[in-house]
Amino acid sequence: MSLSAAARRLAGWSVVLRSSSRTLPPLSRECVQRRDITSSSVVQPLRSENKVTVNFINRDGEKITVKASPGESLLDVVVDQELDFDGFGACEGTLACSTCHVIFKEEVYKQLGPISDEEMDMLDLAYGLTDTSRLGCQICLTKSLDGVTVRLPEAVADIRQSDGSA
Amino acid sequence: TKIHHNIKVLVVFSTAVRKLSLSSGSRPKVCIVGGGPAGFYTAQHLLKAQDDVIVDVYERLPVPFGLVRFGVAPDHPEVKNVINTFTQTAQHERCFFHGNVNVGVDVTVKELKKAYHAVVLSYGAEANRCMGVPGEDLAGVFSARDFVGWYNGLPSNQKLNPDLNCETVVILGQGNVALDVARILLSPLDMLKKTDITQHALEALTASRVRRVLIVGRRGPLQIAGTIKEVREMINLPDTTADMLPADFKGISETLKGRNAEQNSGTYFCFPCVSLPQGSGEDAKAVPTGQMEDLECGMVISSIGYKSLPIDPCVPFEHRGAIIPNDMGRVLDTAGLYCSGWVKRGPTGVIATTMNDSFDTARVLLKDMKEGTLDLSVNKPGAQEITALLQERGNTHRNTQKKKNADCTLFSRKKNTLLTNSQKFKTF
Repeated sequence: MSLSAAARRLAGWSVVLRSSSRTLPPLSRECVQRRDITSSSVVQPLRSENKVTVNFINRDGEKITVKASPGESLLDVVVDQELDFDGFGACEGTLACSTCHVIFKEEVYKQLGPISDEEMDMLDLAYGLTDTSRLGCQICLTKSLDGVTVRLPEAVADIRQSDGSA
Repeated sequence: TKIHHNIKVLVVFSTAVRKLSLSSGSRPKVCIVGGGPAGFYTAQHLLKAQDDVIVDVYERLPVPFGLVRFGVAPDHPEVKNVINTFTQTAQHERCFFHGNVNVGVDVTVKELKKAYHAVVLSYGAEANRCMGVPGEDLAGVFSARDFVGWYNGLPSNQKLNPDLNCETVVILGQGNVALDVARILLSPLDMLKKTDITQHALEALTASRVRRVLIVGRRGPLQIAGTIKEVREMINLPDTTADMLPADFKGISETLKGRNAEQNSGTYFCFPCVSLPQGSGEDAKAVPTGQMEDLECGMVISSIGYKSLPIDPCVPFEHRGAIIPNDMGRVLDTAGLYCSGWVKRGPTGVIATTMNDSFDTARVLLKDMKEGTLDLSVNKPGAQEITALLQERGNTHRNTQKKKNADCTLFSRKKNTLLTNSQKFKTF
């Protein structure tokens, strides 16, 4: 646990101690249903004539443009469009990893919905974390995000010589 | 696709007809030792990047996936979703899984190197670090590894029989494994019943008298190895009070002197620290103060880290750090040998860490193939040769019939859980 992450979080601990409820950011119903893949409810894809354009900048710096429906999360888009991002979305959108980490431009980042504690906990562990990072499985497309560009962080190659000091 | 448990030593998991018809004469062949996350992520990357490579994964247990299957806490099923990705890799037409093969015992690394163009060691960390203090071998002192194996159904820990007829348990170490153990010890039974925790563990926990868990660490709160998610889960655990000693937080933040949540049923855990650290940040060192305190308890669980073991005399091993000495995944002083995962880096990090690390090793291996450091012009027999060797030696092995039944039961229970976890991704 990095020192800065810990310091940032310790300030919030007194709040955590008092409340025991977990709150998720408010989202459209469609988005909540789609994310809940552990339940047995059938997921209805949102049929919409209003598609949204999303641009992904992959780890090699290449731009990939796709069309998606409002309500889909960025992870859904990557999966449905079969975009070739190695290891993206390992936990399948259940907030148990950080592999769907994407980076936004600052103006867009500010417009996004609030980040939950659970998302922050996972994001803290992500490689190449920035101030405008979010987990793709938690960001659902809306019409106002039409044309958005997100960047995948470069995976950090461990260039240190392993000396077993972990 | 079913797992076919062969009475003999070797288990082959594949869609047999389609794969056996593949002509494999002159293709690059890579052998991966260890069927956990590191092994499968390395395989995944190799198969994707090189469209003629054949990858054989050898695993000591009859079932794959290593700690994702046996180490992840039963109340964290979403972490196990990666199994779906691994399954897809295992089902790849150029990938073969061989269970029940103990490399170093049933077959040597030298024999593997002879049969393959490259061998990747991804066998993880099967032992645990010892404290080296008196009393470590007393009854009632367990390694966290064994305790976790017990509630997760690892066959070798089935008979652990921890005695939970005591009020206080002390856990040494403050990493995620320590926090998992504490959480399982104190979780309300309603929550545990919904998980795939083993039946015997559930029964033992139902009868458990444990009400107090002390999670003890050497350094301060900022140095704990656990991550925030797990700490938050402990704090939010129903019917449990989190107790953190104010003295341990001296100099960190005034906010934390606040009282805890309402006192509930009296189960609680706390993080007493043995000494305040000298220095700050992750490099802070614990300095003994000379003060001693007796903590009365009925059980001690030592959770100070896993440890890799050497697998074979021909593989270099660095005993101080308990890893295989390597340069970015290439094993030092040995051509054709690579490593990935915990045996390469040390036993820390989450699955994503291992994923990135495994991709790195795969990239280095692919680079060596491309640049000719690995001589692909020589044909290698691959699994054909190893299978023949194993079958020759098959008769000297232990009673596989008994083992087969136990493992089948284990596997079918786990498999049912796997299948319910995802509708979106393909499973087997």
